[in-house]
Amino acid sequence: MSALRFDDVTIRLGGRDILAAASFIVEDREFIGMLGANGAGKTTLMRAALGLTPVASGSISVLDQPVTRGNSSIGYMPQNRGLALGVRLTGYDVVASAAIGARFGFARLDKATRREIDWALDHVDARDLARRSIGELSGGERQRLLLSQALLGRPRLLLLDEPLISLDPAHQKGVVDIARRLRDELKVAIVFSAHELNPLVNAIDRVLYLGAGAAVIGAVDEVVTGPVLSRLYGAEIEVVRIKDRFFVMAGDVDVEHDAHRHEHGDHVHSHDRGDAHV
Amino acid sequence: MFEYDFMRTAFAASGVAAVLAGVVGFFLVLRGQTFAGHALSHVGFTGATGAVLFGLSPLGGLVGFTLVAGIAMGLFGEKLAERDVAIGMMLSLALGLGLLFLHFYTSAATQAAALLFGNVLGVDNSALLTLLLMAAASLAALAFIVRPLIFASLQAELAEARGVPLRFVSAAFLAIVAIATAECAQIVGVLLVFTLMVGPAAAAQNFSRRLAIGVALSAGLALAEAWGGLTLAFYSDWPTSFWITALSGVVYFASIAARRLAA
Repeated sequence: MSALRFDDVTIRLGGRDILAAASFIVEDREFIGMLGANGAGKTTLMRAALGLTPVASGSISVLDQPVTRGNSSIGYMPQNRGLALGVRLTGYDVVASAAIGARFGFARLDKATRREIDWALDHVDARDLARRSIGELSGGERQRLLLSQALLGRPRLLLLDEPLISLDPAHQKGVVDIARRLRDELKVAIVFSAHELNPLVNAIDRVLYLGAGAAVIGAVDEVVTGPVLSRLYGAEIEVVRIKDRFFVMAGDVDVEHDAHRHEHGDHVHSHDRGDAHV
Repeated sequence: MFEYDFMRTAFAASGVAAVLAGVVGFFLVLRGQTFAGHALSHVGFTGATGAVLFGLSPLGGLVGFTLVAGIAMGLFGEKLAERDVAIGMMLSLALGLGLLFLHFYTSAATQAAALLFGNVLGVDNSALLTLLLMAAASLAALAFIVRPLIFASLQAELAEARGVPLRFVSAAFLAIVAIATAECAQIVGVLLVFTLMVGPAAAAQNFSRRLAIGVALSAGLALAEAWGGLTLAFYSDWPTSFWITALSGVVYFASIAARRLAA
């Protein structure tokens, strides 16, 4: 069984082909690092798998089933630019709101649901964090708490959208370690998108690289090479490898680093989305 | 003061409106949509003055207009960048229209003052019953949507992915806000709806970081401010709406101080 399968998928947003006849397969229990330039379609790919963005042609299957909205076998962690950080609510109340939030009719927070929340919090070591207000948590702590929500409902596939954004290297490592542990303990497949390969390179099984409408999946050594990336970026790319660190260079510019910096300095644009989110 | 019939009715009416405003206002503040609530009350002014002009019940016009505007706003979606300007334009347009209606209506001055600044002592028994029924229906509707509402308010993207119909929730909630706004307008007037809808709710969120406690506290504060205002007005002979705004302001600024001290 495959965890996520794209067959000749074309996704068109605002007159632009984000993906053009892209095909790839994420195997069950696989930890995939998803990379690509801003606007290459990382978020769009996840939203398509969740049934939130329609495909123009081709087919997507999740755990061998067709895509449905509200699919409980997928755990999703959005980038959450819209997360209400000014709110003083405790982390627990935020996670609890996700646990029963899809139900109309004044659902009670019953004992079974509370156990499920505790189970999810324990898996990311966030039980203590949950007592504090989310506004008071550091970036790394907040990511752990938000990650716990993706575990509610015991999904088989986790789609984690840029969990490392705005984290310092120590916290980045912490989040990657937790993701890897979740894969081992919960036997889930993980698609983990990021701007930079280096924080992920020792943890992931394979890499999924997006660019120019295409998606290339494979071992890091096969995909992160000059010829493959030149095709995906549509520009001459050179990959410099120093021990376990990769530097993706276009001319003398470090492409991944530059993209990262750009994202931080300019929160107004949301390159990765391509569509206006309602 | 309870020996007077009109005072008993005023206490009952303001109590009903305050509890509804406190509960609904909590979610309005949580969603960061307080400006929308403010605008709805101004649309209500147009509805009420228009209704008076055509010889209809002002309360009916108030509720009808806010309800339609609330649902429209919710369905319109949440294009954040344009929202404030669009709502602001709607707000001034509504007040301008209301002014025009008053211009055509002869005994404008007292009617206008009552609509703008409230006239809780003028609420009669049939109006009280209407307020009570509307409040009960609104709270029931809110209870029905409250879980998806909280989820969508805190994490819209995740809620959408989990299958929460964001647009429906948003429109349904603003319809409930519209009713609460109309009720508040009866007590403190359309210009001062903020004082019962937003003041207690914002204070409650400063005092507590738990959701359920916050909602209860918001309703309790709104009730205390409304009844406190009525009592002070009775003994001082100053306007009720003034006292309610004063109490609401004091409680809100105290909550900010309390939050600072706790931090």
